[in-house]
Amino acid sequence: MTDLGAMYIGAGLAAIGVGLAALGVGNVFGSFLEGALRNPGAADGQQGRLFIGFAASELLGLIAFVVAILILFVVK
Amino acid sequence: MEQFLVEPVLGRHIVIGGYDLSFTNSALFMVVVFVLLAVFMAGGLKRQLVPGRWQVAAESVISFIDNMMQVNIGPEGKKFAPYIFSIFMFILFANLVGVLPLAIVPGLHTFAVTSHITVTAVLAFLSFGIVLAVGFWRHGLHFFSLFVPHGAPAWLMPVIIPVEFVSFMVRPFSLGLRLFVAMTAGHILLEVFGSFVVQGLNAGGPLGIVVSILSFVMIIGVSALELLVCAIQAYVFALLTSLYLNDAVHLH
Repeated sequence: MTDLGAMYIGAGLAAIGVGLAALGVGNVFGSFLEGALRNPGAADGQQGRLFIGFAASELLGLIAFVVAILILFVVK
Repeated sequence: MEQFLVEPVLGRHIVIGGYDLSFTNSALFMVVVFVLLAVFMAGGLKRQLVPGRWQVAAESVISFIDNMMQVNIGPEGKKFAPYIFSIFMFILFANLVGVLPLAIVPGLHTFAVTSHITVTAVLAFLSFGIVLAVGFWRHGLHFFSLFVPHGAPAWLMPVIIPVEFVSFMVRPFSLGLRLFVAMTAGHILLEVFGSFVVQGLNAGGPLGIVVSILSFVMIIGVSALELLVCAIQAYVFALLTSLYLNDAVHLH
């Protein structure tokens, strides 16, 4: 395998993390909606926590994206 | 990727003492954002008894931030509201100016200020610096008790203190990185689909046309998503800054 091929495979593997973060973000919003439909009165007060969970789980996907970009363009 | 290139506005570099101090397109768009922000606030702060639409828009943002401070920090949060408000509005306006589709006019394209980590990292370190200053100002050296969670057993301390310390020190990086990567990724995505449209049309044939049309529909969808991401990222930046300030004010 050439170095270039290994680089592309590595970047592709790093992109798996982005998809997994998508699962995480979906889980955060899905669980919030599930709880919010059971008790709509309490939902508005929890929006801050919703976005904290969203931010934490999104960050991991963004880091996976950064790793893919670093492998593609920075690593020589 | 030319859209991310930082270059002097008039093509001339101004070098003073070995440093390139040219007025770049990044600086130009920060000025644009500042002017837009100043116009928005000047039009919104007329203090009329019966507010017009503009005043309602400005006041609703102000009360949104004020409410966020109240919920996350409590009554002491009021004095941080101006800072959080400025940073929220700057990021929001910079993000939205960055995705304006002005590139339809040849030779004119907006520059996304927040798609550079140098800008977002400065904003993040500013927030982090304020957190440190507030923490040490209010609590002195007692601020270090932030690294010791309540109720943790003593034998766990050698493990938990380094972990808490690292998770505290990584905050400015995650704050700056999140905004920078979210904006950059969105712009790259739009560019990739844009190049699909052009390449599909160049390739010709029924398949090329289909690819172009599908990519164009995708661009519309991604643009809508980008507008959402612009607002969410500004909100998340402000929210996390207020949470970190809450840590500094109340020490867990």
